[in-house]
Amino acid sequence: MMTSASRIAAGIGLLAVAALPLAVHTFFADAEKYYLHLLIQILLWAFIYTGWSLMGRFGLTSLGHGAFTGIGAYVTVLLWNYAGLTPWLGMPVSIALAVVVGLLVGYPCFRLRITGHYFALLTLALTEFIRLSIIGLRDYTGGSLGTQPRRYDGGLSLYAFQFEPNRVLAFYIVFALWLLGIYIWLRVDRSMDRYALDAASQDEDAARSVGVDVMREKLKVTALSAGMCALGGAVFGQYQMYINTDTIAGLGLSLNIVFAVIAGGIGVALGPTVGAVFTQVLAEGLRVAIQGSATMKAWFGSSALAIDQGLYGLLLILFIIYMPKGILGTGIDWWRRWRGRAAHRPAQDQAVTANRAA
Amino acid sequence: MDCQLDIFFLEAVLNGILLAGLLALLALGLNLIFGVIDVVWICYAEVVMIGMYGINFAYKGGLPFLLAAVLGILLTAAAGALLHYLVIRPVLDAAPINQLLVTGGVLFFLQAAATMAFGIEFKTLGIRLGSVIVADMSFSWARILAFLVALACMLVLWLFLSRTYMGTAIRAIAQDRQIMPLMGVDSRKLYLVTSAIGGGLAGLAASLMVLQYDIYPQVGLQFGPLIFMICVLGGLGSMIGGFIASFIISEFIAVGSSCFHTEWGYAVAFLFFMVAMFIRPQGLFGSKS
Repeated sequence: MMTSASRIAAGIGLLAVAALPLAVHTFFADAEKYYLHLLIQILLWAFIYTGWSLMGRFGLTSLGHGAFTGIGAYVTVLLWNYAGLTPWLGMPVSIALAVVVGLLVGYPCFRLRITGHYFALLTLALTEFIRLSIIGLRDYTGGSLGTQPRRYDGGLSLYAFQFEPNRVLAFYIVFALWLLGIYIWLRVDRSMDRYALDAASQDEDAARSVGVDVMREKLKVTALSAGMCALGGAVFGQYQMYINTDTIAGLGLSLNIVFAVIAGGIGVALGPTVGAVFTQVLAEGLRVAIQGSATMKAWFGSSALAIDQGLYGLLLILFIIYMPKGILGTGIDWWRRWRGRAAHRPAQDQAVTANRAA
Repeated sequence: MDCQLDIFFLEAVLNGILLAGLLALLALGLNLIFGVIDVVWICYAEVVMIGMYGINFAYKGGLPFLLAAVLGILLTAAAGALLHYLVIRPVLDAAPINQLLVTGGVLFFLQAAATMAFGIEFKTLGIRLGSVIVADMSFSWARILAFLVALACMLVLWLFLSRTYMGTAIRAIAQDRQIMPLMGVDSRKLYLVTSAIGGGLAGLAASLMVLQYDIYPQVGLQFGPLIFMICVLGGLGSMIGGFIASFIISEFIAVGSSCFHTEWGYAVAFLFFMVAMFIRPQGLFGSKS
């Protein structure tokens, strides 16, 4: 599938990402922590977005992933705080729980063929249910004030999976996580399941009639997607050392996930990552711009933080109307057209088909 | 907190019915838009929020409340038409989920715009209508008024849809989107009118809500998910269904909140909704398709 040239390119790209802490250390030595934090945020959210896009690309537009990230973060932290269970066991438990919830909601949805906006609104109800349950259990979860994992060994401990003070370590942890996400995405992309799910999303009856077990395929991808988002949520909690329902559970988060993936590009491996870079840099860039400018501060005051949300909204509208394939998807299209003009198109298409078959 | 079948329980049940009137009115506008245009405005509650701010400023600017409410309704009707013209029309032929997401973008935008323009402080009109006490049970006049206005409005909308030419055309296009343009009906104009009516209903709901609730940029998040749930539970596009579903949901909220914490009332309502969807995926009164 991969030509040797693209293998080399991927290798160089990976090395470049892995070397980012070094670059930050060299060029931004005075604000190293901040830039590392930005990179960590990007990679961590890229992982969560990638998890969502596993379902999203097959037309399973879920607004329920804010529930899965919430389960991942809260179950891990609560097990640590109240049962003394190390996150190394707590995270698998939280992932298992998220997968079970995903399957419990997914099975009837797929059985009854609830799709499109019915599916989106039903999963939205799941998000709200989980968010309200978290707030309702305020004796343990701190309600809407949020909670934090009990610090252990100065916040830097293998046993407690706490690593926030060491940003370089944190970077490599989320880097590994991100790699895992891309690996899973590529594995799904190259599996038979992907063709089955593509077929099912186009015409479920036709897919069924040629022997695709649609239910099984959809449940598989739901379990994978929910589990990834739970893991992402759990790591988020361990890194931030503070979680609340606004940052890691709820409708706003669910919509954010969808927006970032659409902005980046839903059908490409690095689309969610590009979406994460785009949204994080947009938010941080605006924050820095406003903090640095006395005029902007005076104009917008305390509500300045709403600017990035407003721009998100505006861009989401523009993306869906004018660029539904997202930044990376559209970029790849341009690149292909540009190359297609240079080379002979039919020959190239044949090569692509041959590669697919191989 | 215990739950006994006493007078407070009855009070909760009756307050639930009053709340249902308001929720039914909110669901009505969304249902009308869905039934005719086949698009879910996920930002519907944010249009209500715009209306609430409009009424707030008109009232504090010195206008009498009724005039402020009318202005608010006109404002949201214009907002609805504008929303359709600018955002929905370009994606009318896109996948349904894109239509839903694009209004999600509008949700973000309107919330942020309200935060930037009006700040995050809670605002209130400061109108106190008081409450009526019946046999140790207290009901606020604002809720009773909201209930009555919502019922009256539903009656008016029903008359409009069944008795006027425009209403008939709207019902016809809801039944068959393809054939109506062939019959010489201008579907673009109908969509625009429907969006304006839907927006106007949001404004009417807003004028009832400013009497009971604080106004803040995120107020929509408190009602938005509830409204979708009611519409889907009743069967998207079915106005009778939405009406009945709003009573079911508001009873869950009212009784659940009185017996446990407020969140549990809502949480149980959402859980009930999910289970109900698995039993009747097309909604209580939706047609099977």
